[in-house]
Amino acid sequence: MAELRTEEMVLNMGPQHPSTHGVLRVELVVDGEVVVDAIPHIGYLHRCFEKHAEALNYQQIVPYCDRMDYLGSMNNDHAYVLGVEKLLNIQVPERVEYIRVIMAEFQRIASHLVSIGTYGLDIGAFTPFLFCFRDREMILDLFEMTCGARLLYNYMWPGGLSHDLPAGFVEKARAFIKHFRPAMKELNDLLSYNEIFVKRTANVGVLPADIAINYGASGPTLRGSGVKWDLRKCEPYSVYNKFDWDIVVGTGEMGTLGDCWDRYMVKVWEIEQSLRIIEQALDTLPEGDVQAAIPKRVRPPVGEVYVRSESPRGELAYYIVSDGSQKPYRVKGRAPSFSNLSLLPEISRGYLIADMIAIIGSVDITLGDVDR
Amino acid sequence: MHNFITYYLGTGFWGSLVSSIIPLVFILPYALVAIWLELKISAHMQDRVGPMRTGRWHGWAQPLADVTKLIQKEDIIPAAAEKVLYVLAPALVFVGAYAAYAAIPFSPAYIGSNINLGIFYVVAVSAVVVIGILMAGWSSNNKWSLLGAMRTAAQLVSYEIPSSLAILAVVMVVGSLNLNDICAAQSGWFWNWFVFGKFPFLFITFFIYFIASLAETNRSPFDIPEAESELVAGYHTEYSGMRFAFFFLAEYANMFVVAAIAAVLFFGGWNSPFGTFLSGPVWGAFWLISKGMVLVFIQIWLRWTLPRFRVDQLMYLSWKILTPFALLNIFAVGLWVVLRG
Repeated sequence: MAELRTEEMVLNMGPQHPSTHGVLRVELVVDGEVVVDAIPHIGYLHRCFEKHAEALNYQQIVPYCDRMDYLGSMNNDHAYVLGVEKLLNIQVPERVEYIRVIMAEFQRIASHLVSIGTYGLDIGAFTPFLFCFRDREMILDLFEMTCGARLLYNYMWPGGLSHDLPAGFVEKARAFIKHFRPAMKELNDLLSYNEIFVKRTANVGVLPADIAINYGASGPTLRGSGVKWDLRKCEPYSVYNKFDWDIVVGTGEMGTLGDCWDRYMVKVWEIEQSLRIIEQALDTLPEGDVQAAIPKRVRPPVGEVYVRSESPRGELAYYIVSDGSQKPYRVKGRAPSFSNLSLLPEISRGYLIADMIAIIGSVDITLGDVDR
Repeated sequence: MHNFITYYLGTGFWGSLVSSIIPLVFILPYALVAIWLELKISAHMQDRVGPMRTGRWHGWAQPLADVTKLIQKEDIIPAAAEKVLYVLAPALVFVGAYAAYAAIPFSPAYIGSNINLGIFYVVAVSAVVVIGILMAGWSSNNKWSLLGAMRTAAQLVSYEIPSSLAILAVVMVVGSLNLNDICAAQSGWFWNWFVFGKFPFLFITFFIYFIASLAETNRSPFDIPEAESELVAGYHTEYSGMRFAFFFLAEYANMFVVAAIAAVLFFGGWNSPFGTFLSGPVWGAFWLISKGMVLVFIQIWLRWTLPRFRVDQLMYLSWKILTPFALLNIFAVGLWVVLRG
C-alpha cells in the first residue's frame, strides 16, 4: 500500500484564544495534532512605552512602568526608580529599600500565584486557579491598604515611596504568611504532585540549559533548566544581600531537567524563598522617613545608566539616557517575557497541540511585558 | 404508569407520543437542577458562594435565567458552514441522549419500553451521539471544531469497548439484558446489590464502567473534545443560542443516563437499600433518581478536582489499561458463574 498522503494544516492560535495568556497569536503548522512549527506573532498590546517615556518627566514615567508587566508592577517600578536614583546619585533611607523589597517580594508571590493558577487552568484543573486567586487577593489587600491601588500602584517614587507602611501592615502581613504556608501545601497536594498533572507536564517542552542561555532566557524559565542564576543573588541590588535565602533551580525529578514541570515547580519553590525574605525584612525593618530623600525636581546630570533586576519573569532591565533635562532622552526596557517567548518555536516542535498549551503556560509570559 | 397510559391511549400514535414525552418531563427539570448543582458545588469547592441573587434563595433560578438568555440569542449559522448538517447536528446529539431514557427502569411500574434487549439498546443509541458530534465538527468549517470532533470520535469509540465489556459482566451474572430483570436480581437489602453482593468481581467492574462512562459523557478528566483551554470549545465552538443549549442539555442528559445505568447495574436500580422498607413503585423512582444523582454528584466532584488528560494518554488508558482489565474481569466473572453453577 502506498504511503498515506497527509497535508499539514496551518492553525491560527490566538490572539483570541483562552490559553495564550493575553493577546498572543501563535501560527501553528500542524500535522494532525502534532506541532511541526510554531511562530509567535506579537505586537497586539504594544503601547509605545519607550516613546511615551521620552515625552514625560522622570516621575511621570513610573505609572507607565506599572503597566509594562501588569502582574509585576512593583518589580517594574523598583528597577526603574533604582535606575533614576543611580542617575541622580542620591542615597535613599534604608527603610525605603526594605519596604520596596517587601513589596517587590509580595508582588513576586502574587505574580507567581497567577502563573501557577492559570497554568492549572491550561492543564484543565479549574479549582487550583481560584485557590491561587483567593490568596493573591489577600496580597492585593495588603497593597491596597498601603497605597490605595490593587494592580497599578505608582507606589515607588524616585527617592522614596508615595506612602509609608500604614498601621497594622506588619501584623497583617505576618497573618497572611501564617495562612499562606499551609495553603501552598494544599495547592501542592491538589495540583503539583497530581498524577495527571505530572503526566501532562513532565518530559514536555524540554529546554536544555545551553539553548536557554543562547536565547537570553532568564527567571524561572532559565532556572527550570538547572541554571543557578538570579540577579538578586548574582548581582545584588537594593538590600537583597542582607537576607538569607536560596536560589531554587529545576531538578528534573519528575522527568527531564528543564521540562514544563520543572519550570512550574521553580515558581512554587520561589514563593517559599520570597516568604523567607519578607519575614526577615519585616523582622529587621528600620525606622525612618520614607519621603525624606525625594527630590523636589528630578533633573539628573547628563549621563546614562543600565540597571538590571530580577522580576517575577526574569531579568528586567532599563537603559536610561539623560540629556540633563527633566525628561529622559531615551528609556529602553529589556523585558524578560520577550526573550523567553522567543524560545517557543525551539521547544514546541514535535509535541501535540495540547502540549503546546502546557509549554506556553510554563514559559510564563505577560503580553504587556512582551510588547511594552 | 406505562400500563396506565397504554390502557387509556393504546399503543398507537397518541399512546406512544405521551409515553415518549414523559422522559422529557424528567430531563428538563433535572437538567436545570443539575446545572444549578454544578454551579453551587463547584463554587463551594473553590471557596466561593456561586450565584446567590437570581431567584433570591441561593440563586436557584440561575439556570432558568441562563436558558432564557440562550433562547433570546440570535441564531447564527456561519456563512461557510455546511447548513443542513450544522442544523441537524445538535438535534442528533440530543436524540442520542434522549432515546436512552426509553429503556431506563425508573420504577418497577414505569419503564418507557420494557424490551428484552434493554441495556443493548442503551449502548446502541448512545453511540449515535458520535455521529452528531462529528457532523457538528465537520459542518462548522472551523479547524478547532474539526479537531474536537475527531478527538471525540476516537475517544467515544475507544471507551465504548471497556464500558460494554463491563456491562457484559453484569449481564453474564444475571443472564438477561432486560434492565428490569437486572434490578429484580438485586432485590433485598443493600448487600445484595451487585457492587457489594458479588465482591470483588463486580466491584472492579463498576470502576471500569464508571471511568469509561466519564469518558463517554466527555466529562473531566476526559473532557478533551471540548477542552476549553486547548480547543476553545471543541466541536461546538461555532454554536450559539439554542443550538448550543442542545449540546449542553445533551451533556447533562447523558450524565444522568450513565449514572442511572450504573445505578441499575451495580446499585440495585429501583430497589430500596432497606429490603422492603420504603419500596414500591413511587419509592422505586425516588431510589433510582437519588442513586443516579449521587453518581452525577461524583462526576461533578471529579470535574472540579482533576486536570485533563492528553489525547494519547487517554487512548493509552483505554486500550492498554481498561480494556485488558475488562477482558480479564469478564473471564474471571465467567469462570465464577460457571463454577458456582
